[in-house]
Amino acid sequence: MKKYSVFTLARHALDRRKSWSRAWRDPSPKTSYDVVIVGGGGHGLATAYYLASEHGINNIAVVEKGWIGGGNTGRNTTIVRSNYLWDEAAHLYEKSLVLWESLSQELNFNVMFSQRGVMNLGHNLQDMRDIYRRSNANMLNGIDSEILTPQQISEIVPIMNTSPYARYPVLGASFQRRGGIARHDAVAWGFARAADKLGVDVIQNCEVTGIRRNNGKVEGVETTRGFIGARKVGVVAAGHSSVIAEMAGIRMPIESHPLQALVSEPIKPILHTVVMSNAVHGYISQSDKGELVIGAGVDSYLGYGQRGSFSTIEGNIAAIVELFPIFSRVRMLRHWGGIVDVCPDACPIISKTSVDGLYFNCGWGTGGFKATPGSGWVFAHTIARDEPHHLNAAFGIDRFVSGALINEHGAAGVAH
Amino acid sequence: MNQKNRLPTGGQIDRSQPVSFQFNGRTYGGYTGDTVASALLANDVKLVARSLKYHRPRGIMGSGAEEPSALLQVNRGARSIPNLRATQTEIYDGLKVSSVNCWPSVSLDALSLMNWLSPFLQAGFYYKTFMYPRKGWMFYEKVIRRAAGFGKVSSEPDPDRYDKINAWCDVLVVGGGPTGLAAALGAARAGARVMLADEGQQFGGGFLRTESEDNLQWVSDVLRELEEFSEVRLFKRTTVAGYYDGNFLVLNERLTDHLGNATTRNAREKIWRVRAKQVVLSTGAIERPLVFASNDLPGVMLSSAVSDYINRYAVKPGQNAVIFTNNDTAYRSALHMLDNGVGVGALVDARTEISDPLFDKLAHRGVKMMKGSVVVRAQGKKSVSAVEVMRLSADGKSLEGTPEKFDCDLLAVSGGWSPAVHLHAQSGAKPVFDDEKACFVPGPAFQNEISVGAASGNFSAEKAVSDGYQAGISAAHSAGCQVVDLPVIQEVSDAYTSEYAIRPLWQVPGSGSSDRLKRFVDFQNDTTVKDIKIAVQEGYQSIEHLKRYTLLGFGTDQGKLGNINGMAILSEELGQDLIQTGTTTFRPFYTPVTFGAIAGREIGPTFFDPVRKTAMHDWHVEHGAEFENVGQWKRPWYYPKSGETMDQAVNRECLAVRKQVGVIDASTLGKIEIYGPDAAEFLNYVYTNSWSNLPVGSCRYGLMLGEDGMIMDDGVTAKLGDNHFYMTTTTGGAAAVLSWMERWRQTEWPSMRVYFTSVTDQWAVISIAGPKAREILTKVAPTLDASNDQFPFMTFRDSVVASVEARIFRVSFSGELSYEINVPSDCGKDVWEKVFEAGMEFGITPYGTETMHVLRAEKGFIIVGQDTDGSMTPVDMGMSWIVSKNKDCLGKRSLSRSDCIREDRKQFVGLLTEDPNKVLPEGAQLVELPTDARPTPMIGHVTSSYFSASLGRSIALAVVKGGKSRMGARIHSILMTGESVPVSICNPIFYDREGERQNV
Amino acid sequence: MLLIRCPWCGLREQAEFSCGGEAHIVRPLKPDELTDEQWADYLFMRDNTKGWQTEQWVHSGGCRRWFNAQRDTVTYKFGISYKHTDPKPEDGD
Repeated sequence: MKKYSVFTLARHALDRRKSWSRAWRDPSPKTSYDVVIVGGGGHGLATAYYLASEHGINNIAVVEKGWIGGGNTGRNTTIVRSNYLWDEAAHLYEKSLVLWESLSQELNFNVMFSQRGVMNLGHNLQDMRDIYRRSNANMLNGIDSEILTPQQISEIVPIMNTSPYARYPVLGASFQRRGGIARHDAVAWGFARAADKLGVDVIQNCEVTGIRRNNGKVEGVETTRGFIGARKVGVVAAGHSSVIAEMAGIRMPIESHPLQALVSEPIKPILHTVVMSNAVHGYISQSDKGELVIGAGVDSYLGYGQRGSFSTIEGNIAAIVELFPIFSRVRMLRHWGGIVDVCPDACPIISKTSVDGLYFNCGWGTGGFKATPGSGWVFAHTIARDEPHHLNAAFGIDRFVSGALINEHGAAGVAH
Repeated sequence: MNQKNRLPTGGQIDRSQPVSFQFNGRTYGGYTGDTVASALLANDVKLVARSLKYHRPRGIMGSGAEEPSALLQVNRGARSIPNLRATQTEIYDGLKVSSVNCWPSVSLDALSLMNWLSPFLQAGFYYKTFMYPRKGWMFYEKVIRRAAGFGKVSSEPDPDRYDKINAWCDVLVVGGGPTGLAAALGAARAGARVMLADEGQQFGGGFLRTESEDNLQWVSDVLRELEEFSEVRLFKRTTVAGYYDGNFLVLNERLTDHLGNATTRNAREKIWRVRAKQVVLSTGAIERPLVFASNDLPGVMLSSAVSDYINRYAVKPGQNAVIFTNNDTAYRSALHMLDNGVGVGALVDARTEISDPLFDKLAHRGVKMMKGSVVVRAQGKKSVSAVEVMRLSADGKSLEGTPEKFDCDLLAVSGGWSPAVHLHAQSGAKPVFDDEKACFVPGPAFQNEISVGAASGNFSAEKAVSDGYQAGISAAHSAGCQVVDLPVIQEVSDAYTSEYAIRPLWQVPGSGSSDRLKRFVDFQNDTTVKDIKIAVQEGYQSIEHLKRYTLLGFGTDQGKLGNINGMAILSEELGQDLIQTGTTTFRPFYTPVTFGAIAGREIGPTFFDPVRKTAMHDWHVEHGAEFENVGQWKRPWYYPKSGETMDQAVNRECLAVRKQVGVIDASTLGKIEIYGPDAAEFLNYVYTNSWSNLPVGSCRYGLMLGEDGMIMDDGVTAKLGDNHFYMTTTTGGAAAVLSWMERWRQTEWPSMRVYFTSVTDQWAVISIAGPKAREILTKVAPTLDASNDQFPFMTFRDSVVASVEARIFRVSFSGELSYEINVPSDCGKDVWEKVFEAGMEFGITPYGTETMHVLRAEKGFIIVGQDTDGSMTPVDMGMSWIVSKNKDCLGKRSLSRSDCIREDRKQFVGLLTEDPNKVLPEGAQLVELPTDARPTPMIGHVTSSYFSASLGRSIALAVVKGGKSRMGARIHSILMTGESVPVSICNPIFYDREGERQNV
Repeated sequence: MLLIRCPWCGLREQAEFSCGGEAHIVRPLKPDELTDEQWADYLFMRDNTKGWQTEQWVHSGGCRRWFNAQRDTVTYKFGISYKHTDPKPEDGD
């Protein structure tokens, strides 16, 4: 496979006979693998990549029921940050952020990680207490974090309404400069290409219909393309985790909810950081293409439909116009829904299960995209060693029995 | 004003109303009824835009929502709007528009050199480079961002306002062409309440582009009849933008943009949220372009658009045309051109068998009819000047013969028609591919909708009218309308009826001379055939991957022109059927909708969220209170006297309460009346402590847990009678607690006889606290015996206060002697004033939430949500005393889980800084030892922190790991500034530890 | 934008309702006698059905009453709505 660089690009530009090779092969499933990863989203592909690159396991298949990156990887608002409150979450997301910082070079695929800063606004006194608590915790955890006054916010984002007469005036913000956005599709493609190069079979249009077990040990997966044997199976099928879990007779503390998002028409650069607000609910950034990418809420009911919900985005757009009055005349192009697995504590499960050789990585709620490389990295470790890395030790499924939840819901972290 | 290409007669424009407008700084003339596109064409302006990536010259290709390239910046200043399509922007006197994405001008665009760099800029190039140096992307990104995007957002707030309205109808008809008009008429005659919406300024759709006077007469006849029905509502300039579950549709009506600067203060746009029993989709079809070399040059135009400009706008889009088609519809356009003085040099038809009756007629009029041929290339620099034509092989895969060249300044193209199935697909249905007609047509309905006319793949006008009429009638009947035996609809005739016959042609094969030239599929995003081929080579073969890799269909037109061609070319490349390839998902909206319209009135200080004010609010304002937002409530935060800082005011208020007396508006506390014989038993379940033995007339503090054992809310509840309790909750928790209790009562314990009523808004609460509180109460409630014996702590009395029936609770959140006087809200301000007046002699001082917080912190009273965060149990908060061992309650079982009984959980403690004047920031983290090492383990955090005027020093509340057993330990807080503050752990009750002051 | 049938008030707009999640999860009568695992199953574990499921809704902007409704979690179509006192019906459609 050719390395991507400005030189290969130039050679292809100048020589019309040259053609690009496939970014990843289109293999048929073998009869068995050392590891089968169920789910070809960013997390699953990253898991395969790190299994191969960090743990020397190359006989791996990633099976995807549709097209890779077609789930939440390709439907989110692309925000990357690590300024989480609780130590367990902060360390995990920070690992991920560190991986993001060299991911384009690692994968030889430009994932366009833009460290333009992420701002979390505070609109009342409790917000400000929470912001101090979280920023202070970030600082002591070695994660960059600042607290901004309304004045400083205005300097960074002059188009924001920081008037004290607003319904919920902006009182301040936390700011993580190393946070930002990335090109979501590229993450799936980059991991697929890099994993493929290490021998991983990326198998699309292959839906898992059953988990074959024997004596409490996993033997492989039944798929629409036949049975595929596996010594170990890692499930990373956000949105459908419960469906797969049921195949293995496991119950999960998860509900699948539609999460709404939308984009505007592309406009010239106007917003240069990511802005998130909890009280005035919404988050917004501007893509490199110029669209305002806006996240809305989770629909309150359970749902597996990826449809847009107008009532949810109405409130969301009102919040955005309230914060950014000049966006009133911008036009909304498109809106859609993703399906997110929500855990009771808004933190993921990255864990062994009661079935030997079966591992689950799920429950990322609205915050999965930013964790993509870190999630794959710790999950690969968990699968390869059959025990969690210390970074994901707290994210076991057993925490719902012991009560040791990692309560990011109660914390100030904005849903996302 | 010179409108070179304006026809002397005809069209739907109002020649009595000439209009002048500016495009790129130059003034042009037109007429009311023109769009910017038609007026520019009338003035012979062809180059109106530059393409996104290669900055190639672009003109006007369509005449409606499908236009991919001609995007405009409309207006200047606060009313500026980016990205409007020239084809849908009506002109008015004084309108100013300009091209987007070009510099210094559209004809001399500096970035047109990108076209020469295009070999480097193929699909996905940016994924393959810009990776070094590691931090380099932040630089590359700046450059790329500047090049991307189209128009600019105004730098001023929007001066316009927007409305929203809910509506319902029996039948919503989408699209006001002949089919839609007929459907609306059918439904109306059948007795239905009908809404008919069309995105354009005029009803008539396809009939507006025909030459037939009879057709126009038919339109006005039908409209006249429709207007007579009182239950029919006609919407012009209204796009049905989204189709959601439950037959809910969103309509975007544009009310004032076309009126220009003389606009009134009426809403600019309106969102109609419509529930329709039945929906008739008569959305028509969109003509496809053809894919050949340089098919993007200005002067290449859809044949339907050519007819639109000639017949509807009386504009000749060119002088000498060539027509390139693979189906019959372009033949009508040829006739329109010839009849209006546009020369037609050749009609190039990919088909070999042609049955169209116009074939001979056109040949007879001197048009060179070229069967089985294709245009392989358009020539020209900034607009088309000639085309090359070759013969197409029988299998359509290669070219034959030698190119023949025709000069022309207009190339009308028709690649066939795609029904506008967008809303059908949005409704949840799946369009299916019709091989015969080479297009996607509606599949089985998923909701109560039917597509009819061209939207269903029926491209014949005559049938469209009768089908539309029938569809309207049956929709009305399905919606429950009863009128039957309806007259037949007035028929329309078409002199040149022909069957729709098409030879699918998704791309013209390459020829030697044109191989290196670009063949565009998506005009807005500059996606070419070659880009698709590269994507396929690289494995981006799912239609969704193709879309995301090449940006096919990702533009503001959402691929209305390019998507089907792109999918077909992908299918050809992969050697599979189009149906296997499938479509990308059709997402709302059909065309973009203004943010402001979606937000409606729900913005600004008044309407973004309701503002809740207590009965005494005006008094607080008059007395200079600063307010704090607590949920939706405005609560007085503190009452600064002139010249006072917040700290000074709060210190003064605190000392007043401790030494004399203060008064606070406590009306915002949640208040719930609980009735029923099982009320006490119910409270036993929702509160951790026991309520069985509480005597009537007494109050008790209660704590609520979630089922996970974590503290959820707290408050004092009084027993008013045997079966009657009065519960108070936190201000923020009121609604949640009520729903919580309702839920358990209704779903889990339906046999319990207990009922709840929220009375938060019914009672105003005046809370007086301080050593002099009893003296004031005695003054305002002369009939009440307020002595400690008769009215002890944690009891309540009914009495009359300032001549108003009141409930008085002797409870205390400050630790002082305190009475909460509850009176009906409408008397609140009056009683407050009387209490205040009575207290003047005792130095009564109004105090706000900040002082309340300080006073309760001095007493170590928690605030749920501030000192707890959803992860704290009663045991953690030092409140195990309140969890009854003798009964179950919600959440109790969770407290014995292994993690909840750990000794080293975070526990509620007090903190004293070594420096008594240092007030820690709330939220500050706590560590064992000051260190620069990162990460460093944290052992807790500060939940509340104040300067206590009564104690003359700072105090703080915190949760610390294992804190209860570490009294006196010295730990540290490392602040955001890096400063390290030593603190010692202490009992969280700082003031009057024995609690004597509230009992006096 | 669902249309939801309240057994007391009839078909109403989604905006008037709140969803309470999976129905027919009965609170254990004697929580003290459960193991931590059994308690966790009641507290957190959910079927999260893809397809027809029965769930609790409350007509919060209307009669404030809770009821059960069948809904397909993929198509969002509703089946029968019924009161808590009614028996659990068969799966919808």
